[in-house]
Amino acid sequence: MVTVRRSALAQPCDGKLFPEPGEVLSYGSDLRQRRDLRSPRPLGELRSCARGIQRRRGFLSALSGQRCSMTQSVIVQVGQCGNQIGCCFWDLALREHAAVNQKGIYDEAISSFFRNVDTRVVGDGGSISKGKICSLKARAVLIDMEEGVVNEILQGPLRDVFDSKQLITDISGSGNNWAVGHKVFGSRYQEEILEKLRKSAEHCDCLQCFFVIHSMGGGTGSGLGTYLLKVLEDEFPEVYRFVTSVYPSGEDDVITSPYNSILAMKELNEHADCVLPIDNQSLFDIISKIDLVVNSGKLGTTIKPKSLVTSSAGTFKKWQEKPFDAMNNIVANLLLSLTSSARFEGSLNMDLNEISMNLVPFPQLHYLVSSLTPLYTLADVNVPPRRLDQMFSDAFSKDHQLIRADPKHSLYLACALMVRGNVQISDLRRNIERLKPSLRFVSWNQEGWKTSLCSVPPVGHSHSLLALANNTCVKPTFVELRERFLRLYKKKAHLHHYLQIEGMEESCFTEAESSLSALIREYNQLDATKSRPVEDLPRLSVAV
Amino acid sequence: MSIVTVQLGQCGNQIGFEVFDALFIDSHCPQRLSSKRENEAYQASCKERFFSEEENGVPIARAVLVDMEPKVINQTLSKAAQSGRWKYGQHSSFCQKQGSGNNWAYGYSVHGPRHEESIRNLIQKEVEKCDSLSGFFIIMSMAGGTGSGLGAFVTQNLQDQYSNSLKMNQIIWPYGTGEVIVQNYNSILTLSHLYRSSDALLVHENDAVHKICAKLMNIKQISFSDINQVLAHQLGSVFQPTYSAEGSFHYRRNPLGIDWQIRPPLPGLPSLSKMSLNKELHFNTSIANLLILRGKDVHSADLEGFKDPALYTSWLEPVNAFNVWRTQRAFSKYEKSAALVSNSQFLVKPLDMIVGKAWNMFASKAYVHQYTKFGIEEEDFLDSFALLEQVVASYCTL
Repeated sequence: MVTVRRSALAQPCDGKLFPEPGEVLSYGSDLRQRRDLRSPRPLGELRSCARGIQRRRGFLSALSGQRCSMTQSVIVQVGQCGNQIGCCFWDLALREHAAVNQKGIYDEAISSFFRNVDTRVVGDGGSISKGKICSLKARAVLIDMEEGVVNEILQGPLRDVFDSKQLITDISGSGNNWAVGHKVFGSRYQEEILEKLRKSAEHCDCLQCFFVIHSMGGGTGSGLGTYLLKVLEDEFPEVYRFVTSVYPSGEDDVITSPYNSILAMKELNEHADCVLPIDNQSLFDIISKIDLVVNSGKLGTTIKPKSLVTSSAGTFKKWQEKPFDAMNNIVANLLLSLTSSARFEGSLNMDLNEISMNLVPFPQLHYLVSSLTPLYTLADVNVPPRRLDQMFSDAFSKDHQLIRADPKHSLYLACALMVRGNVQISDLRRNIERLKPSLRFVSWNQEGWKTSLCSVPPVGHSHSLLALANNTCVKPTFVELRERFLRLYKKKAHLHHYLQIEGMEESCFTEAESSLSALIREYNQLDATKSRPVEDLPRLSVAV
Repeated sequence: MSIVTVQLGQCGNQIGFEVFDALFIDSHCPQRLSSKRENEAYQASCKERFFSEEENGVPIARAVLVDMEPKVINQTLSKAAQSGRWKYGQHSSFCQKQGSGNNWAYGYSVHGPRHEESIRNLIQKEVEKCDSLSGFFIIMSMAGGTGSGLGAFVTQNLQDQYSNSLKMNQIIWPYGTGEVIVQNYNSILTLSHLYRSSDALLVHENDAVHKICAKLMNIKQISFSDINQVLAHQLGSVFQPTYSAEGSFHYRRNPLGIDWQIRPPLPGLPSLSKMSLNKELHFNTSIANLLILRGKDVHSADLEGFKDPALYTSWLEPVNAFNVWRTQRAFSKYEKSAALVSNSQFLVKPLDMIVGKAWNMFASKAYVHQYTKFGIEEEDFLDSFALLEQVVASYCTL
C-alpha cells in the first residue's frame, strides 16, 4: 500500500484546520499561505491512493493482513431547505471531527464524509488517502434550481469544503411546483446529475449510503429531490438511500404544498430504503423549550455553549433572530448521531445497513420517527449531570421528537436506541426493562429492540441518545396530508399549473393518492392488532 | 497439540482477545502451590496449544480474525500489540468494509462464497504453523450477521476440509430482550446449520453472564468488557492444560479429548451434542458432565454429588456420563477453582423461547424479504425450525 511520506510534508497542517467556536475559517487561504514551505511530493504515489479498486483492495487485505478502511456516504442536498440543513450538517461534522481528531490525521472516521485533497493538484488526481489533513472536501452534491442558497454557502465560511464541480444550479426556481422540479428539471439535468453522482461515487473507496435531504412541500426539493431517488436506485442499486424529509405543517404558506407532498410521497414509498420524516413545528417547539430554560433565570441553568443541539456557533442568542438555523442544526445533529456508530468505535457497533435490516419489517413500512436527547448540557458543575436514566425517558417523550406523533399510544413495530458516550450495556438494559411496560409492541416483535453503543459522544456532551422508532404513530401525519390534498384536489384548485407540464396528467395525482392510501391501510391493519392479546402460535410438531 | 481459533464478527473478535489474554496471564501467573517444574510444563503446554513463537520472543496467538467491517479488528489488533504480552499475527486477519448488516443471509450467502478462498488460505497458513493440530475453536455470536452467517459458512468449510479435526463453536446467546431485532431468525438459522457441521457447540448466554457480573461480582455499571472477561475466564479454566489420567507430569494432550458425541439408544436420531457451561448445578437431566478441578486439594475433593443417578438420563450410568480432570496447578490467582462443562437440558428453555419467538415473527412474514433478497428462502427457514424442534424434543425426553 502506498503511504504518504511524513518528511515530505515539511510544514505540518496543524490544528488550525478546524474552526474554534465562533471562528470563521477559510481552509483554502490558510493552506495557500503555507504551501511554499512544503517540499514537493511525488504526486504519482499520491494519485494512486485515490483510485482504490474495491475488490482488489479486499483481496490485498486478505493476503497482507492490512487494515481496511471503512465505508463512505454521500450527502445529496436538494432545494432551499435541503441545502440549508446540509450546510449546518457539514459545519457540525467538521466540529465533531475536530474535537475527536486532535492530531489532524486524515483517518477512517473522517473519510466517511470527507475527502482529503491536495489542492495544488489540478484535476482529479489530488486525493490523498492517508497522512495529515490537507484540505477536506465534503462528499456532497448540492442541487438547487435557484442560486440564492447555494451562492450563500459558497461565500460563507464553508466555501472551501465544497468542490465547485459538485454543484448543480439553475436560476429560475421550481415555483413551488413538484411537476417543474420532477419533470422539467429532472429531464433537463438528468445527465449532469448522473455525472456528478458518479463522480462522487468514484471518489469513494466503498460507497455504502446516499443521504438525501429535502423538503416535501416545495418544488425543487420535493420534485427534483424525488426524481433523484429513481436515478439513485437505477444507477446504484446496492447503495442505501436514506431520505430526510421535511414535511409541511398545517399552516404552511405554500398553498400547493399538499400536492407537492403527496406526489413526492409516492416516490418515497417506491424508491427510498428509509425515510426520516421531520416537521418544522416540532423543531420549533424544541427551540422554544430550550428558550424557556435559557431565559428562566433559574439558578444553575446556564447552558454549556457547545452543547446546544440547536447551535453550532456556540452562542444561543443568535438563534432567536434566525430560528431556521437553530432548527436545521437539530436535523444535522440527527444525521451525525445516526452515523456515529458507523464512523466511531464502540462496544456494540451499528452500521448503516443494520438500520434498515432491523427497522424495516416490510418494504413499504420504512418511515421512522426520531427523537434526540439531550438537547443541551448545563454548564454549572454544581448541578449534578442529568441522570443517565432521565436521558432514556426523555427519548420517549414527545418533547424530543422531530415529528409530531404519539408513539406511546400507537403500536411499535421496531425501535432502535443508538447511544453515544460513556454508557454501558447494563445501563441500556436497565432502561429498556424500565420503559418496556409503557410501550406497546406488535405481537410478532415483542422484544423489537435494536441497540448500539458508540464510545464517542457528541461535542459538549458526555452521552447522548438517538431513538428511531418504526411506529404506527406516523399514520395521522399521512392521513392529515391526504385530507389537505383532497380538499384542494376536489376543487381542482391550482391543478392547471401542474397539468400544463409535459408528462403530467391527472392520473399522476390519483396514483399518488392511492399509493398513500395503501400505506395508510397497512398502518390501519397493524393498529387493529393493537388490542388483541398476544398469543403464541401453534408450533411445528415433530416426531421424536 | 495445537488449537487454531477463528474469531468471527465483533463479538467473536472482542471475546477472542479476552480469551487469549486470560490464557496468557494465567500461564504466567506466579504460582505458590506448584513446583517450578510443574509450572514450566504447564506453561509450555499452554504455549504450544494457543501461541506460536516469533523471533523476538513475543508469543503470537494461533488465531485467525475475520470481520466484514474494519473497526473491531483494528481495535483488537492494537489492543493485543499494546499489551506487550502477546500479539496477533501480522497477516492473520481478514476484513471487508461493508459489514453484514445483521443479515444472516448476507453473511452466509454473499460474504461466505465471496471470501471463501481468502479465509481458507488464512486458516491453512495458521494450521501449517502447528506441529499437530488438535482442532478448531470458532468464536461467534448468533444474533448478528457476520459471526452467525459467515460463521456457519466457515464451519461448514472446515468440516469439508478438515473432517478429522475437532470443531468446537463457542456461541454467544444474545440477551432475551434484544440486541438485534432479527436475532431470533439469525439464531435459528445459525444453530440449524451448525448442527450439521460442528462437533460441539459451547454456549454462553449474555443474560447468564450478565447476572454473574451483577450478583456474584457486584459490578455496578456492567460493560461488554466485563462480560467478555468473565467469559474468557470460564473458557480459560476449561481449556488450559490438565493432567492426563495417569497423573504423571504429562499434560493431557487433547484438551477437547472427551467423547462429546453421544449416541442415544433410540434409532434414527442424529448423534448431536450440545453443551452448556455454568458454575452452578442445575437439576436438568444430563447426558454428559465434565468437571475440571484446579488448585489446592483437588485430589481430596468429594465428588459423590456429581455421580447421583438423579442427574442423568435413565439410559446412562453415571460412571459413563461423568468425567473429572484434576490438576494441582492453580488457575490464575485462585487457590481452588472448578469448572463444569455440561451436556444437559439446561438450554432447552432458552432454545424453546428463541424458536417460539422466531416462529411468531415468521408467521407474519416480517423481515423475511431481507433474507430472501440474498437467497435464503422460506423453505430454509422451515427446515431450520423443524430441525430445532427435534432438538428440543430430544432433550425434553431425556
